[in-house]
Amino acid sequence: MNKASGPSGGTGISPVQLAVLRGRLEQIADEMDATLFRSAFNPIIAEAHDASHGLYDAETGETLVQGKEGLPVFVGVMAFAVRYVIDLTRDDPPKDGDVYIFNDPYEGGTHLSDFKLVRPLFRNGKVFCYLASVGHWHDVAGNVPGNYNPAATESFQEGVHIPPVKLFRAGVRQDDILSILRTNSRLPLSVYGDLNAQVSALDLGHGRLNALLDEYGDDTISAVFAELRARAHLQMQAHISALPDGDVAATDYLDNDGIKDEALPIAVDVHVDGERMVLDFSRSAAQCAGPVNISRSTAIAACYVALKHLFPDVPANAGVLDPVEIIIPDQSLLSATAPKPVGGYTETILRIIDVIFTAIGKLDPSRALANAYGTINALSLAGHRDDGSRWVMFSFFGGGHGGHSDGDGLSHGNAPISMATIPPLEILESAYPVAFRRWSLRPDSGGAGQHRGGLGAVYEVEVLANGADGFFFGERGRHAPQPVGAGKPAALNRFSYRADKQDDTAPETPPMTSKQVGIKLQHGGSVRLETPGGGGYGDPLLRAPAAVAADVRLGYVSTEMARTMYGVALGADGAVDDAGTAALRADMRPETSGQE
Amino acid sequence: MTSANARFVIGIDVGGTFTDLFFLDRTTGTVTTGKLPSTVADQSIGLVDGINRELDDFSDIATIVHGTTVGTNALLERKGTRTGLITTAGFEDVLEMRRRDRPHTWGLRGGYEPVIPRDLRIGVGGRVLANGSVETPLDEAAVSDAARRLLDAGCEGLCISFINSYANPEQERRAAELVREFWPNDHITVAADILPEIREFERLSTATLNAYLQPRMAHYLNQLAARTHDRGGDSDILIVQSNGGVMSIDAASAQPVRTALSGPAAGVIAASHIGQSAGFENVITCDMGGTSFDVSVIADGKTALAAQTSIDFGMVVRTPMIEITTIGAGGGSIAWIDGAGLLQIGPQSAGSDPGPVCYGLGNDQPTVTDANLLLGRINADRPIGGKLDRLDVEAARAAIKTVIAEPLGIDVMDAAEAVIQVANARMAGAIRIVSIERGHDPAKFAAMPFGGGGALHIGALIREVGLNTGLVPRYPGVTSALGCVIADMRHDTVRTVNMPLASVDEAQLGSWIDDLYAASSARIASGSETFDNLEEAIEADMLYAGQTHTVQVRLGGRADLTRTRLAAAFADAYRTQIGAPLEGIPVRLVNLRLAVIARRDKLDLSVMAPVDGCSTAVARTGTRQIYADGQWQTAGIYDRLALGVGERVTGPALLEQADTTIFVDPGLVGEVDAFGNLRIERAD
Repeated sequence: MNKASGPSGGTGISPVQLAVLRGRLEQIADEMDATLFRSAFNPIIAEAHDASHGLYDAETGETLVQGKEGLPVFVGVMAFAVRYVIDLTRDDPPKDGDVYIFNDPYEGGTHLSDFKLVRPLFRNGKVFCYLASVGHWHDVAGNVPGNYNPAATESFQEGVHIPPVKLFRAGVRQDDILSILRTNSRLPLSVYGDLNAQVSALDLGHGRLNALLDEYGDDTISAVFAELRARAHLQMQAHISALPDGDVAATDYLDNDGIKDEALPIAVDVHVDGERMVLDFSRSAAQCAGPVNISRSTAIAACYVALKHLFPDVPANAGVLDPVEIIIPDQSLLSATAPKPVGGYTETILRIIDVIFTAIGKLDPSRALANAYGTINALSLAGHRDDGSRWVMFSFFGGGHGGHSDGDGLSHGNAPISMATIPPLEILESAYPVAFRRWSLRPDSGGAGQHRGGLGAVYEVEVLANGADGFFFGERGRHAPQPVGAGKPAALNRFSYRADKQDDTAPETPPMTSKQVGIKLQHGGSVRLETPGGGGYGDPLLRAPAAVAADVRLGYVSTEMARTMYGVALGADGAVDDAGTAALRADMRPETSGQE
Repeated sequence: MTSANARFVIGIDVGGTFTDLFFLDRTTGTVTTGKLPSTVADQSIGLVDGINRELDDFSDIATIVHGTTVGTNALLERKGTRTGLITTAGFEDVLEMRRRDRPHTWGLRGGYEPVIPRDLRIGVGGRVLANGSVETPLDEAAVSDAARRLLDAGCEGLCISFINSYANPEQERRAAELVREFWPNDHITVAADILPEIREFERLSTATLNAYLQPRMAHYLNQLAARTHDRGGDSDILIVQSNGGVMSIDAASAQPVRTALSGPAAGVIAASHIGQSAGFENVITCDMGGTSFDVSVIADGKTALAAQTSIDFGMVVRTPMIEITTIGAGGGSIAWIDGAGLLQIGPQSAGSDPGPVCYGLGNDQPTVTDANLLLGRINADRPIGGKLDRLDVEAARAAIKTVIAEPLGIDVMDAAEAVIQVANARMAGAIRIVSIERGHDPAKFAAMPFGGGGALHIGALIREVGLNTGLVPRYPGVTSALGCVIADMRHDTVRTVNMPLASVDEAQLGSWIDDLYAASSARIASGSETFDNLEEAIEADMLYAGQTHTVQVRLGGRADLTRTRLAAAFADAYRTQIGAPLEGIPVRLVNLRLAVIARRDKLDLSVMAPVDGCSTAVARTGTRQIYADGQWQTAGIYDRLALGVGERVTGPALLEQADTTIFVDPGLVGEVDAFGNLRIERAD
């Protein structure tokens, strides 16, 4: 680690100043996050924190500093959004007080629901850096309320598309722009409220950063930015150096694109050579008809998220990716261009993270994490109340995290790309005409392993109104979250519904397993979601029999799974049957067992 | 009560290491302090011993007010009782599922174990909808059966929590009634009685932790009462709550979760009183312990309350608490160089055992205390706490040299100063969070250190954040015990309304407040002290329809509780806390909160002032070389308690006393005020 120590960027910043100013800068970004979460209107931002803030380079748009509480995937993607604004304004440079707004998913990343606001900060008549805010709005038109449209074949069916335009000109809000935005939403008040909240966050960050620049001087802060980036670069190099050199590959699949029922491979070939790492996605599927395409910028951001999870101590800035080469061919599922639909981008980036985890697990199991549940499971129920008012209940659901070298995976966690919490069911029941019938852990859903995958969940919700339309967008219905080493995959995702309250009929499942639009539900109809757990870590036969007995007593693992997956026999009282266990494990153990 | 007119009021704060006592003799108006090691297994032993050192006759005690860490420690160490849960069928796992979160943004490691394991959580039939209507009646046979199974499984505590009980608690109450017929003790927690507020996980978590603590806390408080009684005491015993108020032993036994931050809350109450007496309505308290630095803000004489806190990942307690912001930077916090070559402080800590390198108990990673020692700011021959005879300066030097100075390529003394500067910067960050980020101007605030370590850093903090003054109380080590003596009786209640403001019936509003008032005043009356004047403070949680985070709206008393007034108060609060109010969006009233407060007598702090005969000449005990601002300097050393009122000490200087050392940085001046506080300000 000596190489990473000491002054490295040649900036002459003292170690004390660097440590102090890094804290001050991160605090500004964190405070912008907090301002938006506190005042946002829609629960996807306010409760689920599907938003992010940061400071970006004046020339390249690269990430300088990022808030800690925002959506991790935005950390990488916002750099592309700012870069897009910089490129577009070369001939008409921004002025002090301008704020650009847009939701372009191809250049700016992610999907149409994510509105990006970009504001230059001027010092001495020049752009010193950019501040940006991104947040997931509740509804931006399109065919499906909430914008998760699994049947979309063009982005025009997913929502309104706004190119970078000036929401503020020299500090003056352009109400014609605001009017266009409000008109293009089923929930105009929510859009208005969220937009105001994002503007407040940018105002706050702008004021705080100006004050810091006044206090320390522009040159010092510039030098700190350069130094932090150089150090992230060196630290990432040190982590890559610590991995064994070599080539490993991992392939996983999306169930389908919602249009054509055909599995789509996401594949990575990882090459590690000294301080460099290559992530080559050339063997992945070509761009497809349905909305699981992603833009190149989104794919790169997903790689960033995966590497930050594997090496969490590296500072969050552009330096993380400096020693990493990412190869994505044109026309790939991972480099989609307009107007290919991209609404379900979350599913695809989760799979990118999964294959990177799986590949690194083959290279160095001690650094590895088994796959988390791997699907965002967007469910929207929408209808009209008796008084004619429209309601849209939209939420994402949780699942298990993967087992890892330190222990079992967390049950009912949030997705690796987000820090989102789930709204309380009492809040949903008070706001919408629904009643939940189940909200519980899902036994046997965690992949077996020396360290077990965390459990997924079972949610069941019934419609109390006179009918509703259901929309469901999930994944992992056919391809389970993957383990590390000799661990086992987790349970598959399972979505089902009953159109009305008839307990004797079998529930229906979507023809595409994990995606369906326009499900007609009557009063008393219900939907049920059983989410995957996380993959297992290491050989289940190495799990202590007493730990398996405890899992069975707590109902995390069935007696059947204890026997067939873990080779543990239990007596009638639930205690380990030592002789029976030894016999079972001897039978199950291949000759090379225990050598992982 | 026979002892109501007795001489002494005693405040006692029992922390993890020390038991601090503060005696107020009401007949003479004098005060005495005491400090002894805590008795960890049963805190009441040390507590009673501590009283006994000063008093033979316990019948001289009018009131004992106790800040306790019994609850906090039981939660952190997961040493509560075996507890069962009866809940709505289909929702048995809500406690374990939390709000679908994770401990850290990056890394996907770390797990969660709920205090009630899955096999002790039993679902029963019965369902209330969000509007409070009963959709399915309670399955009473299933309730009794579940409780019997939990008893058979060895449960001593029980929590009953149903979905939507905030809207209609009848099924929970009926279930409790059924179980009480045969449950062998009083340790049954009904969730809606603890927190009748919307959000099932937060309510359940709070109620569960209450049930988990209840048998242990009740046992402890019974022990305490018995021990004082055995010595002839007949005093009232009051317990400090996390909200900074006190409650009776009965109330604390029923709702122990309200004591989760008992000790720190008492300290903040004391700081508020000390600050106001000294002329500061605005105070930021700084409590530096071995592993953490806690700050809290008092603005316009009012302590800030937080609605909710997490004791640990997933252990959510939602009752009003003094808002305390904690960062992992204490005296034992370890300094290290990260993979990017950046100097970092904490969050890893050497704690008090093995403690800093200079303790010589086995740790070789340098800490903040080691840096303070090397810089000459701590006297190696006078370690605070009395556990060790002397501190090992050379060991501290070697550790800082190897771990910090050599990797950074700087001199060892500069490395030690860098450690302090980075630690100060982190502490300053915590102060900024509670001041600048909340819209307060730091120039109007005094920073007040309490606990052992804060006074070494206070000068640097006032410079770094631009605070007005550092105010060091005369006895920083017993601040929490002092707070116990002056804290008021208080009880907080909440009711979820969750309807558009426009459809709230004003008469109904009044009767809700009446109900909350009746419940709170009954709790206050459960102690033996009687109060003539109860004050009330009403707050509303409100938002624009569509938002999910509420704005806290202070409404004062119950006069003029109209929709118009609520709307106006909301707009004001929104403007202060968020920004410009929004036009044309309906407002909702989510929760009503009521605090009922009974004022207790305040202590005249001038009794703490130095007595005649103190002077700078007497106080100055010598000089020492200290390292500051990159150079060696000569600092005067003073016996702090021997300094008289109005005397000034110019930095660099070190003021020593039994429970702390104060560092007056170069460029600052300290002056003793009429209450014995040391005011530290800029020299110019």
